Parts: sequence; C-alpha cells; structure tokens
Amino acid sequence: MAKKVTIASDWLAGCAGCHMSLLDMDERLVELLGAVSLHATPITDLKHPPPEGVDVGIIEGAVANSATERVVRQMRQRCRVLVAMGDCAVFGGVPTMRNAGGCQAALRRAYIESESTVGGRIPDDPELAAMAQVRPIDAVVDVDVYLPGCPPPADAIYYVLKELVEGRTPQLAGKLLDWH
Amino acid sequence: MNNVARSGAGAGLSRPLEKSMSQTITIEPVTRIEGHAKVTVRVDDAGKVEQARFHVNEFRGFEKFCEGRLFYEMPLITERICGICPVSHHLASAKACDQIVGGQIPRTAALLRELMHMGQIIQSHSMHFFELAGPDLLLGFDADPAIRNVVGLVAAAPELALKAVRLRKFGQEIIARLGERKVHPNFAVPGGVNRKLRSADRDAILAEVDTMIGSVQEGLAVMKGWMEKHSAEMATFASFPSAYMGMVGEDNALALYDGMIRIVDANGRQIEHFDGRQYLQHVAEHVEGWSYLKFPYLRKLGFPQGTYRVGPLGRLNACDRIDTPLAQRELDAFRQLGGEGLPEGSLYYHYARLIEDLYAVERVRQILEDREVMSNDIRNNAAATSHEGVGVIEAPRGTLWHHYWVDDQGRLERVNLIVATGNNNYAMSRAVEEVAKACVDGNHITEGALNRVEAAIRAYDPCLSCSTHAWGRMPLEMVVIDRGGEPIARAAR
Repeated sequence: MAKKVTIASDWLAGCAGCHMSLLDMDERLVELLGAVSLHATPITDLKHPPPEGVDVGIIEGAVANSATERVVRQMRQRCRVLVAMGDCAVFGGVPTMRNAGGCQAALRRAYIESESTVGGRIPDDPELAAMAQVRPIDAVVDVDVYLPGCPPPADAIYYVLKELVEGRTPQLAGKLLDWH
Repeated sequence: MNNVARSGAGAGLSRPLEKSMSQTITIEPVTRIEGHAKVTVRVDDAGKVEQARFHVNEFRGFEKFCEGRLFYEMPLITERICGICPVSHHLASAKACDQIVGGQIPRTAALLRELMHMGQIIQSHSMHFFELAGPDLLLGFDADPAIRNVVGLVAAAPELALKAVRLRKFGQEIIARLGERKVHPNFAVPGGVNRKLRSADRDAILAEVDTMIGSVQEGLAVMKGWMEKHSAEMATFASFPSAYMGMVGEDNALALYDGMIRIVDANGRQIEHFDGRQYLQHVAEHVEGWSYLKFPYLRKLGFPQGTYRVGPLGRLNACDRIDTPLAQRELDAFRQLGGEGLPEGSLYYHYARLIEDLYAVERVRQILEDREVMSNDIRNNAAATSHEGVGVIEAPRGTLWHHYWVDDQGRLERVNLIVATGNNNYAMSRAVEEVAKACVDGNHITEGALNRVEAAIRAYDPCLSCSTHAWGRMPLEMVVIDRGGEPIARAAR
C-alpha cells in the first residue's frame, strides 16, 4: 500500500465553519482517514506541522494580525501543497468588513462604549496580539489550490482531498463552486 | 514528554522569551476547543502554583462594523461569527429583528426555528462529546498525544465512532432541510421563517429519531461508566461553587429557544428571574487588560461576586425539570450527583451536555408531531416598527444576546452582543487555576498535567470565535511564571 498522505490544517481569522463543512463529509471522512494521516489540526493534539513537512496544508480564515501571519508562513514552509479553504482564506471574507472603519473604533465600541460594559478599557497587555489590515492568505504566501465558499460544500472539500490523495491537481468547476 | 521545552528550546512556534534567563513551558495552541487562547500560571520558588489566568487573544468587532447595515441582513451576517453555532446567531438575530418589525411571530414559525435549533444542539453537543472531549474520556488524559484524537477514537471504537458521525449528521441535516445548508443556513427572517416544512422532510427526520436516541444513550452509558470509575475526579476536578444561569419555560422547565432567564445560587435558590430582553438591567460586563474576552456578571452582586456559569451545567442546575421523559429521567440521576447541593465539578458539563443532547432529540419528535408544524402560517408582516430589538437564546454553550438599535430607515445605529462562552469566562479562569494548582508541579511538568489544564477548559466547550466575536487565531499557550513575574516554563506540542 502506498504511503499515507499527510495533512495538516489550521484556522486563522474565520469562524471554524469550513472545518465544520470538512466534518460534514461524514462517513466519507472516516473512509478518507484510511488513506491520509492527520498531523497538526485543531481536532488533534499535535500543535504544529512537523519541521520535515506534510504533503497537504489546509488554511481556513484570513490573515488579521501578527500571530495569524506567522501561522500561515509556517504552514507554507512546511507543506508541499497549500489549500486556501473558504472565502476568508481565498478573498478575505466577512473579516475584511473591519478594514473600512478601522480597528481602533471597533475596540472602543466593544470595550468602552458597549451598553453592557462597566468601567471598560481597551485590553493592552503586551501578551495580546497586534491587529492588522485583514487580508486573504495569498497576500502573504503562495497558494496552490483555491477552495471558495462560505463555507465550501462538503462535496467540494471531499473532491479536493480525494484528488490530492490520488496525486492529481483538483480542477474545481460547476456545482462544486456553487455553495449558495 | 516530547513537547515540553525548557528555556523555550524546541518549542516550535513558541514566542522567544523576553527574559532568556528564565525557563518556560508553552501549550500552543490548546487543541480540541474552538479557537485558541493562552494560559499563564504563576508559581512560587518551590514550584507551587500561585495563580493562573485564561487569556483570550483576539478581537473582531462585529458590533462596530455592522453599524450602517440594514437590520434584516443581520441574521445572515452574524452567523459568520461562528461556524459551529451559526444557527444560534441566526436565530438570536432574527428574534431581535422580530421586535423591530413588531413582536410576535406565528406559532408555526417559532416551532420551525426551534426545530432548527434542536438540530444545532444535537450536532454541536454530539461533536463535542465524541470528537473533542471523547478522546480524553475514552483514550485517557495521559494517552499518547499523537493518537489522543478522533482518529484514535475511530481505531479504538469504530462502531461507536460511526454512530457519533451519524448523530452529528442527523443534526446537520435538520438544519439543511430547513435552511438549505448545514453551515450558515438561510431560514429565519424578521417576523418568521422563509419556508414551510415539507412533509417528506418531516417523515425523514422522524424515521431516524429512535436510532438517534439510542446513539445518545450509548454516549450516556460511556459517560456514566467513566464517572463510576473516576468518581473522585468528577467531584474534585475543577470543582467550585458558583451561580448558574439558564433559560426556563413554564414551571421552570429547561428551555433553549424561548423563555425567561433564571439564575440560581450555589445552593439552587433562585436569585434572578427576568425577561431576557431586559438584560441591561441585570447583567453587566467587566474588562481586564489581559484578555479580549469580557467578564459578564450580575449587576446587583458586582464583579466578581456576581459571576455565574452557563451552558449545559448552568442550564441543568438552573431549571427544575425537563419536558421530555428520557431526559427528565437522566436529570433525576444527575441531581443525585451533587449530594445535598448541586453538581459543581467542571467534568459534569460532559454529562449535562449529553442529557441536553437527549432532550434535543426527544424535542425534535415533539415538535414534528405538533399538528401546527406543517402550517403555512410562517411569517408576520406587522406594520408596527420599533427602533430597538433584543434577541436572546440558549446557544449550545450558554445564553446569547443580540441587541440592535436602528434608525427610521432600518439602518443599524448600534449593536451590542453578549455571547455564550463569554458568560463562562470567569469560571474557565477559575477552572484553569484549580487544575493548575492540583496537577501542575513547577519542578516536574508532565504532558498529562498540561493536558488536564486543557481539559478543564475543554469541559466548557468554549467557542472563542464566538466569545470575542473574534476573527481567528487565539493561541493558547501555557506559561509558568515565578513570583517575580519571570516566565520559567512554557510547553508546546
């Protein structure tokens, strides 16, 4: 039997809905697990893709701060094929709505002006991440496969993974792009 | 332990130490929770834990960037806060919009929204028990981290795993049958819902109910077996008194879609009972500089005395009964666990979550057997309008509020959100501290001990994207700090 295809995934600025859609492969996920080996993902306890790399890296979510930028750069270094999964990773998605008004105004609204907040302040501990302009991941690294949708349907995710597992380049078209 | 790194060496992505003389352990990110966060643990010279903090390290700002949008877009925008419980945001938002267009919705619309909500409770609770928390319970807190996950679970108990997959799928398909898609559905609209139930869908869902009840009961049997073997851990692991919040219906029955908000104290005595739309009179939020997640509390008791717990444990402790027979029987058994008082251990969340899962499947049948569920009366077109609306619902992880103010054109002027997981912020910090004190030894740090700290957080099934309406990554790492504020240990896997 051929060596199992290794996969790692992570989520950046997003809602986890793409990973939920991945789980929506249901029985097909169990079937795929026969041919792939999951490394670091949000549902396993390995924290980072291994330095020796994985075959497929999957990123959900946009780049929104210094921490998420580090994560996507590391994934790019440590995977052979990088998949941008979902509209936030592919285009920036809903998170980019923050760009219009800016982060400071949003922070003030949430932590000081909010009607339910008493004695508020903007969190400023040096341990907290610095926010940045929200961008799709290909603004930071090269992407090999674009898998759009909010979220992409489980059928599309299954198609992409199946093609990659069998050594082909996925060519998304037709119904698989029609997520509405 | 392959993942503990002293002096930060080999710690993968761990941030370089600011003070390189010290030793550091990082857990980054904490896994099998939604989103990422960070824990700092302060230890004294002898290696004894003095203090622990749960930091959430991301922020989105939905409240701000939704300003100017038309209110009726909100059920579709705000479900993007969370892909695990999009239905909760979809429905809380729609309830706020109902008020803006004049209040009551037809009973059939309320039933169908509740049906969709039950689908989500089933998928979210089932996924948490089997795929996120299950590996700790079925494979062990100290199992090899390389297999301590759902894949390991599939290998160890393939039949149970397949049933778990189908149970989650059952919930997701209820959502899709009503709202066309499993994640981010399009169904609830101001004043009702946008399509009626098809009889073929009703029959297909009903046909599976008994099988799904059986699957939840298998999960309950696993949980109860685990509790018997680990009774001491159940009673002591992150166990502390608190107040509890949950929604209740008639005679204080458990309610998840609509009802009054009830709060009981640590002994089960009612201390608040109010219409959730009046939340601003009862609930306030505290901010700490070290977390993007706010700390809700009861105004009349102040912070931190007025903090409380929500979600499955909060709801079962805050209600008097459950309106479905099998879940009521489990509630009776659950009540015995606390002895004279209420069950307070954080691990009881897992049991409570499965009891709610059972209730949700039973409730699906009740709703589908209601003679009004097939009615065409699914939307009100009231002329009356209000400039303000509040929607409140019990999301899988706790009480969720959406509050909108609109101008004469229906444009949002202000938005305020209090999100389920946020209500448990203080409790999660406390749980982390209790477990860190009980399990972490600053002189001898083990992977199993760090996983227990993660498990304390995991019991609450936090959804950190939701709770900060945050975009993305919240790295959870664990830093052990000595009395002088020096980080001495950090762990990464």
